Amino acid sequence: MSSRDDILASIRANRPQVKRSLLETPLFDANRPSSLLAAFKENLERMGGIFLEPPASGERLAPVYDRIANATVVCSTAPEVAGTRNIAATVQPQDLADVDFAVVRASFGVAETGSVLLGDRELCVNALAYLAQHLIVLLDPADIVVNMHHAYRRPEFKTGHYCAFHTGPSATADIEGVLIHGAQGVRSLCVVPIPKSETEAVP
Amino acid sequence: MSFKLFQRGDARDMLHPELLAADDRDAIYRGERRLDHAEGMSKPLRARPEPQPRGAKVDGDKPIDQAEAAARFIAAPEHEKMHDERLWDLRQKRDREMHGIAEWEDLRALASSIKEHTLVHLDEYLEQFEENARQNGVHVHWAKDAAEHNHIVHGILKDRGAKSLIKSKSMLTEECGFRHYMASVGVEVIETDLGERIQQLDDESPSHVVVPAVHKLRTDVAEVFAKTIGTDPDNSDVHYLAEAQRESNRPLILAADAGMTGCNFAVAETGSVVVCTNEGNADLSANVPKLHIASIGIEKMIPRLEHLAVLVRLLSRSALGSPITQYTSHFRGPREGGEMHVVLVDNGRSERLGMAEFWTSLKCIRCGACMNTCPVYRRSGGLSYGATYSGPIGLIIDPTFNARKFSNLPFASTLNGSCTNVCPVKINIHEQIYAWRRELVRRHETPFVKKVAMKAAGELLSRPAAYRAAVATTNVALANLPRFVIYNGLNAWGRHRETPHAPSQTFHSWYKANRRVKP
Repeated sequence: MSSRDDILASIRANRPQVKRSLLETPLFDANRPSSLLAAFKENLERMGGIFLEPPASGERLAPVYDRIANATVVCSTAPEVAGTRNIAATVQPQDLADVDFAVVRASFGVAETGSVLLGDRELCVNALAYLAQHLIVLLDPADIVVNMHHAYRRPEFKTGHYCAFHTGPSATADIEGVLIHGAQGVRSLCVVPIPKSETEAVP
Repeated sequence: MSFKLFQRGDARDMLHPELLAADDRDAIYRGERRLDHAEGMSKPLRARPEPQPRGAKVDGDKPIDQAEAAARFIAAPEHEKMHDERLWDLRQKRDREMHGIAEWEDLRALASSIKEHTLVHLDEYLEQFEENARQNGVHVHWAKDAAEHNHIVHGILKDRGAKSLIKSKSMLTEECGFRHYMASVGVEVIETDLGERIQQLDDESPSHVVVPAVHKLRTDVAEVFAKTIGTDPDNSDVHYLAEAQRESNRPLILAADAGMTGCNFAVAETGSVVVCTNEGNADLSANVPKLHIASIGIEKMIPRLEHLAVLVRLLSRSALGSPITQYTSHFRGPREGGEMHVVLVDNGRSERLGMAEFWTSLKCIRCGACMNTCPVYRRSGGLSYGATYSGPIGLIIDPTFNARKFSNLPFASTLNGSCTNVCPVKINIHEQIYAWRRELVRRHETPFVKKVAMKAAGELLSRPAAYRAAVATTNVALANLPRFVIYNGLNAWGRHRETPHAPSQTFHSWYKANRRVKP
């Protein structure tokens, strides 16, 4: 017998002879916040992320360009922002080791935790979001769900091969509980609220 | 005694006063708010340098003397206090998160029922997971035990000429002695989590399932890094140490031939492997090299994505008092041009499923909440258990691997039940600890001194008259016996506490004198 068969046989011989039915999982969304965007911002900041408020001028991308102004290598997979490095030219993930700023659009955000979901479709090369020193995420305020129960009913988890919730930057407090941003991955994560349609209309 | 001690709300009242730092130049603020996400402390602490106490002495199958190692940890007061405070802070942050969610108890009940249902149907969900993962292009392997797991992974690496492996933290690979095995076959393994890397460089096991180097002070880390990655031995600034580790690991990550992760949850419905980290190191390990191998304990299965929502909401809140880990990553298939393997590992789990009193320990999601709340764990350090799993959950898992070697562990508990109260999947941990004591007595695996003492106590407690006589004598004895009689090597409980003040009269004699005649 193969190990697979042995293990399954052992489970069948040992599994408890009790009935345990699977209950319906509620959505727990009765007390949804009045503004999903405000709740998202509050929770993102708690988790060490930075929310870039749209400036009074109305030029929503201005805070992004301010941030990347002095960067040498900017790699953007979002059509709204022009970078200096074309992601399509990436031969292998290691090529992205010198990226200062990565700019990507999130599939959606979660108000409960301040998380954004980034998948293989948005990233093009998954390692981009981890090898870059800093990450800027564009998020359509209309794409914010109230909590994790709503989040996991989205289709992204059944379509792509890879996706991850990012909630603030890479962090650690493994030494004496001292909080460090930029443990192994990005040192900062900024979220910019920008509707998709608004920028897609730009030629 | 000041009234302030009884006030609630100011967490600093709970602190060891000698650890309190007036300010904290290490803290990160957003406006007025001190950030304490990930495993960050919610208050400033500062310990003084002190040599690090080491863990339990391990000698083959001989029973681990947890109390002996714990005594050495307690004898290092700076370590003991910092450890106690850090873990208690995680526990308090956990409570804060719990109070922030109205449905907390509903989530715990749901999580428990999801895990129990899956375990009762584990064979079906494993087959479903396997089929879906295969359809997504994932190679699925099955390993009966640690040796087979290590052999399979080595085979995958060898076939592809891989000589170096970057990996994220995995308790399963600790269980399998994976690093040790890989060293013997010439594969370089590089841990990518800061805490785990510290432990690897110091040739120590992780002392906690979530915060592996929690028993170390910054000065201990400075000493390890000075010896291994060339940092300044006199600089124990935490930002400096963390940055040095990041920079020393980065070239190793970029050059690695393969990457490995553990698995927090495996979703049968989609064939997905879900990994939670704060550092993003699992995503680096899986997304930079071409080859990704995930090691999965078979009990990690859950049926559907909707169940993942329940467990993800509970995991980091219970573990760290943080709403979620910085990264929750879903690996459903290989990336373009890449290769993904999963190894489903039994290593005693299917057998545990058949233990009527202990099978629900398989519900564990390795959050560590039971460790953070345990008074014994907080004061003795995880390495005192001399086992892969320490703290309350370790007491009920470790004896399934080796009942003789870990026969002392179920006695390292006050049975206060706090572990059970904080467990996000409602494992009756303290009841299982007690059941293991009974089981070990039945198997004659209890230590000789404990056996003699328990036998004497048993006889005494079964005869009320003898008990009363003994209590009266004890009270006289406690007041008059020389210290060496009470604080001797046979009485483990006498070692670090004073005996209670003996009352001048027993309750029984007081009752006899005062209440015999009704007023």
